[in-house]
Amino acid sequence: MSASRTVTVASSSGLHARPAKLFVSAAQETGVPVTIAKGEKTVNAASILTVLSLGVEKGDEVVLTAEGESAESALDTLEQLLVTDHDEA
Amino acid sequence: MTPAGSSAGMLIGTGIGQGVAHGPVARMAPPPAAPLAEKSTLAPEKERERAAEAVSAVAADLAARGEKAGGEAQEVLEAQVMMAQDPSLAEAVEAKTAEGSRAEWAVHSAFEEFAEMLKGLGGYLGERAADLNDVSQRVVAHLRGLPAPGVPDPGRPFVLVARDLAPADTALLDLDKVLALVTVEGGPTSHTAILARGAGITAVVGARGAETLAEGQDIIVDAASSHVIADPTAEQRAEVQRRIEQRAAVQSAPVTPGALADGTAVPLLANLGSPEGAENAVQLGAEGVGLFRTEFLFLSSDRAPSVDEQAKAYTQLLEAFPGKKVVVRVLDAGADKPLPFLTNDEEENPALGLRGIRALLAKQEVLEDQLTALAQAEAATEADVWVMAPMVSTVEEAEQFTELALAHGLKTAGVMVEVPSSALLAEPILQRTGFASIGTNDLTQYAMAADRLLGSVASLQDPWHPAVLRLIREVGAAGRSASKPVGVCGEAAADPLLAVVLVGLGVNTLSMAPAALAEVRYELSQHTADSARAAAEAALGTTSAAAARAAVREALTQ
Repeated sequence: MSASRTVTVASSSGLHARPAKLFVSAAQETGVPVTIAKGEKTVNAASILTVLSLGVEKGDEVVLTAEGESAESALDTLEQLLVTDHDEA
Repeated sequence: MTPAGSSAGMLIGTGIGQGVAHGPVARMAPPPAAPLAEKSTLAPEKERERAAEAVSAVAADLAARGEKAGGEAQEVLEAQVMMAQDPSLAEAVEAKTAEGSRAEWAVHSAFEEFAEMLKGLGGYLGERAADLNDVSQRVVAHLRGLPAPGVPDPGRPFVLVARDLAPADTALLDLDKVLALVTVEGGPTSHTAILARGAGITAVVGARGAETLAEGQDIIVDAASSHVIADPTAEQRAEVQRRIEQRAAVQSAPVTPGALADGTAVPLLANLGSPEGAENAVQLGAEGVGLFRTEFLFLSSDRAPSVDEQAKAYTQLLEAFPGKKVVVRVLDAGADKPLPFLTNDEEENPALGLRGIRALLAKQEVLEDQLTALAQAEAATEADVWVMAPMVSTVEEAEQFTELALAHGLKTAGVMVEVPSSALLAEPILQRTGFASIGTNDLTQYAMAADRLLGSVASLQDPWHPAVLRLIREVGAAGRSASKPVGVCGEAAADPLLAVVLVGLGVNTLSMAPAALAEVRYELSQHTADSARAAAEAALGTTSAAAARAAVREALTQ
């Protein structure tokens, strides 16, 4: 089973620094393989280095894809993270 | 073999502050040499295991350090841990060991590829490349059985000995554990020196030969005499203990207004770089602020902050000093502090270029906004606000700045004397402006033609030099004849003995890093105005910084 959805990133510093760390940690904790894509490029969401390399900015659209039984709930968690502005905290 | 009075175990550098400390050496390990692309004689599986074990050991060490450090340092270290354990990186390392590479090379080259990628992205990500390099060096050191590079953690108080400290190293220093700092390189304006001064840590920088000090070796670091003594005698250790106790007594003495033994008031003020330091300065007995640098509002910005933003920040600072004097320096951009909207980085000699008041008069709207914000902040608080212009080198600049500041509603405007021309013309300048504040770092730089950021000419960067003292004498004399106040707000004011000399030269107020206040207060209280003048005369009569120091010591102990 595989699930996919498009999310607009809300964090004001995009997926850099703290937001990237939170996102990657969450992706690791889902326990299922997750990828994140921006444009043509698709990378492993559990890898901070490749996630940083996407250079995701605020307002960018990214596509999350997860595999496995709990794919949908994994995507729910990750989407929630991306639509929250963590730099406001 | 060695003559009496000197010793084979004695090193000489530049002392920062007046402290003395005693303890075992912990060396800062240098980064390991980069591995070579060698093929392994072990099975690929073995090399992969070696790499994985080293990476997880380093990650665990970084995580433990982060937990201990807490706060911002922990965030930085946790990000490093995450990078170390990155699955993409592990894949790259595995691919390289599978091809027969040794673990050292596999880790080094895999990390480097990712670091290059981050560098290519620039900005914030580019800076993360340095974090990745640091992890890579730690892993390689671990694989070779070498100590981790960077600040050591021997689990007990130690004297840190390093070639020099990078800003990233100093950020993680545990000031409760570090008894003193000794560096082989670096001068009085190096990063280490600035850190030591700000935090009040005993330090000797540029101590040649310090690289021979061994891990765990017993040493004395005497900043007051600029000496490092290895394997001290029992007698030397007892003397150090006595001085440490005496300094502790001075530090804990009740806070009183700065004054000479005969009651002559010498207000002691603080140098501050942001509003956050105000509370600490007040606690340490600052009677006001002698130099508030406003660059913090501008430096990380590609445009000037608005009048409202500035007024808010200034108000926050001024609220900490009701009824007290706060001298605010308008933006000092240029040279080592370039600002894209104000300065031109194409200059070949930026220290001699369009900087300080020159840059502000060339873009007057930036200056006028700042003056407007300061006037608003003054109106909103009860502090006694003075404003001053940096890098004034002509009478016209002094006049122009003063008129502008008064026209914007500020009541006291003055100039910084940092250039020999304004010291020599202090009299006509003080007839046209409210006060003078001597910036001894730049005044020394320009008097001696010695770049203050350059270690190779650090020995010329000494405010004790009689050439510098003669320029200060001109300003002191002009202050007396024009009945205008003269202050010093450079490093010189933080040197207790030199502080006495400055007062003898006619300086009325001294401003310094708050950590230095207690010792300067104590030293001033030991001498009268007459003996301060005699000390100044003695210094002026010499021909070198060392001779001036010696002459003043002798004059003041008579």
